[in-house]
Amino acid sequence: MKRLETALKAVFGDDIKPDGHREPVTFTVPVAMFAEAARTLKESYAFLCAEWTTDDTNSGRGYGIYACFRHSNEYLIVKSELSADSPEFPSLVKYFVPAYRFERQIRSLMGVTPVGHPDDRPWIKFEDWPEDAWPLRKSFDASKRMVRSDGEYAWLRAEGEGVYEIPVGPVHAGIIEPGHFRFQAVGETIVNLEERLGYVHKGIEKRFEAMTWEEAVRLAGRVSGDTTVAHSLAYCMALESMTHCHVPVRAQWLRALFLERERIANHLGDIGAICNDAAFAFMLYQCSRLKEAMLATNHRLFGHRFMMDKVIPGGVTVDIDLTAKIEMLSELDFLDRDFHRLVRIYEESSSLEDRVRGTGILTSELARELCTVGVVARASGLNVDCRVHNPFPPYDSIGVDSPVLVAGDVHARVWVRVVEIRASMSIMRTILAKIPVGPIAVECGAVSPDTTGFAAVEGWRGEIIYWLQCGQKGEINRCMVRDPSSVNWLALEQAIKGNIVPDFPICNKSFNQSYSGHDL
Amino acid sequence: MKALTLIFIEILQAIVVIALAPAFAGWVDVLKCWTQGRTSAGVMQPYRNIAKLFVKDVVIADNASWIFRFTPYLVFGSAVVVGSVVPIISMNLFLAPSADIIVVIAIFATARFFMALAGMDIGTAFGGMGASREMMVASLTEPAILMAIFTVSLAGRSTSLLHIARAFASGALVLRPSIVFAGIAFVLVVIAETGRIPVDNPSTHLELTMIHEAMILEYSGRHLALIEWGAMIRFFLFVTLGIACFLPWGIAVTDNAGDIATSVFLMVIKLGIAGAVLVLIETGLAKMRLFRLTEFLGAAFLMATLGVIAFFILE
Repeated sequence: MKRLETALKAVFGDDIKPDGHREPVTFTVPVAMFAEAARTLKESYAFLCAEWTTDDTNSGRGYGIYACFRHSNEYLIVKSELSADSPEFPSLVKYFVPAYRFERQIRSLMGVTPVGHPDDRPWIKFEDWPEDAWPLRKSFDASKRMVRSDGEYAWLRAEGEGVYEIPVGPVHAGIIEPGHFRFQAVGETIVNLEERLGYVHKGIEKRFEAMTWEEAVRLAGRVSGDTTVAHSLAYCMALESMTHCHVPVRAQWLRALFLERERIANHLGDIGAICNDAAFAFMLYQCSRLKEAMLATNHRLFGHRFMMDKVIPGGVTVDIDLTAKIEMLSELDFLDRDFHRLVRIYEESSSLEDRVRGTGILTSELARELCTVGVVARASGLNVDCRVHNPFPPYDSIGVDSPVLVAGDVHARVWVRVVEIRASMSIMRTILAKIPVGPIAVECGAVSPDTTGFAAVEGWRGEIIYWLQCGQKGEINRCMVRDPSSVNWLALEQAIKGNIVPDFPICNKSFNQSYSGHDL
Repeated sequence: MKALTLIFIEILQAIVVIALAPAFAGWVDVLKCWTQGRTSAGVMQPYRNIAKLFVKDVVIADNASWIFRFTPYLVFGSAVVVGSVVPIISMNLFLAPSADIIVVIAIFATARFFMALAGMDIGTAFGGMGASREMMVASLTEPAILMAIFTVSLAGRSTSLLHIARAFASGALVLRPSIVFAGIAFVLVVIAETGRIPVDNPSTHLELTMIHEAMILEYSGRHLALIEWGAMIRFFLFVTLGIACFLPWGIAVTDNAGDIATSVFLMVIKLGIAGAVLVLIETGLAKMRLFRLTEFLGAAFLMATLGVIAFFILE
């Protein structure tokens, strides 16, 4: 069912036509109609997945503004062309909350103005960069050293008797990524939390444009180190959609195997870390032990603890043999047994339960309004999982047991992870039992100029989206990376409201979003 | 001659307390590692930490006043003073007659008061936050600990630790309901006073959940070493205070060497067991939500009050 496409056609009639045979369907609308199209889609219960701009000045055009929407299994992109002189477009913030940060980022990094956006502060880009330094524009020379200027970030203020501010970060007391959180609190109750991210802005999207298609997969694998498989897989699938490359079945099954191993390892780490934030260190050490066992097996069987660079365009680089299968199966038995015992301890610790239940509630309405994805969304009653609604083999034949909980609290986010670990283990068993024989990689053809590619992959945090655009000379003109963190960070700000300050760490850990994947 | 011996025992006890406190903290950490299925860094680790901090430079905020610089010495000093008057290895201490239990609590309260001031002194958000939480906890623990102590002093007919310990040590081993109630209250309070799980997390790295650690976040070098060492002595003393009040058997009543040696040996065993009990509590529980502390410490106060009532009704 193409619900979004139908809705768009019903309103705009034949004025708009899909762009060639792109996947997903891409509609070009006049700039003036851009927000109107978004409103129509909102009324059809679409989610905003991503919003981004392209610089097409090398191809003799201006700029392009894109917004990607999803409704159940249907993806749809709305695009408008902007003039090169004064690129601006009507803001989507009124209809879609996540556009708030996407558009601030667009303004800061590409210098394209969202008209009607309520917040003109920069995002990702820091205030000590000149106002008119737009790194994503083609005219920006990334090799030059930036001249620093003075500037101040205007924080949101809460005023009144007894309101005080707590600035936390970007350097934290533990070994975690940098991010700044500013709390306004009355007593211990949090009135407002404002996040400030961008401390790990590395210019990844700009760097992609200087790379060849084959090199770029290595960069994609390093967007967020803990999600290396899913990111490189999303990049490869987007690229393969452009070159019409048919990946061998065995390679696809192996990719799923890597993806599930990554999911189990990271979820194990998260469950332990969440419990540790309630000072229940026992779980941390036990879960870390299981995670370490998996990583060590990865290293032995695939040559890298996180399976970095194992997924390449056209397939994978490592195969498994019979001994590897046996080793993974026996590891699964051991994991199954030990994990089961740990979950029982988690369930039976009433003091721990007291901390995780009812803490940091993200309601279903908010989760939907904020277009959250992944574990966070599934803990708040949204049934979103790319493995279910946009499956690639073997997920289409295996059937994924994707849990959906409605409580939306820390416990729900833990429990989604618990159920997913169990589901991933059973997926792994099926893969190991039924994996077909055949080659593990094929050569992909060259990318034809002026094409685009798209892929959405369910990483362990949630849906990762890559959108690739090939320039006139067959080079990478734009690589848009949408880590789940780009939308889920907003949800944390909402979930924490009304909680007490000392409960923030456990809430934050239960979201566990990537800073690197967000800042790019 | 008699006085000299007493002074010698006095000094011996102070040294024992200062030197052994990190070992006790280390022992608790070792047990904690074991219960979590880890190998530990050993009993000596706190000594290494302290030694490391002493060789490091001190970094002080520009706007720090004398309070900030003075507090570490006060914290350490007060712990040492208490450590030398409480009857731990012998009841024949030179200063033991001055060991009034209310004075002991007051000395600790003074140290805590300065710690809270120092936390606010440099004006960071965390210092103030830690100080306010610490004061909240203190306002709940101090009544409870006093009530527990009153129960014991009713039984010992004095608020002098020396008299209490003597009265108990010479008495027959009977289970008195008032003392049991007071003992339970005391354990709950000690957990809160020394910043252990489920009240505070001594090994936390989370700025926002800390209580004690938040106040001392800005300390470094020898200042931090003194505060940490002071905290270890305090932890050690609270446990030994509990032993002196509730399990005083075995403390040397005379001052001959054999008795003192036996009493040190017994003390080590008692501490080892007390540490194990604390670790079991710490490992089995998650940290409480901050505002649950009122219930926890309210229960401690209730227990102590029951102790007092039980004393008047039953004894």
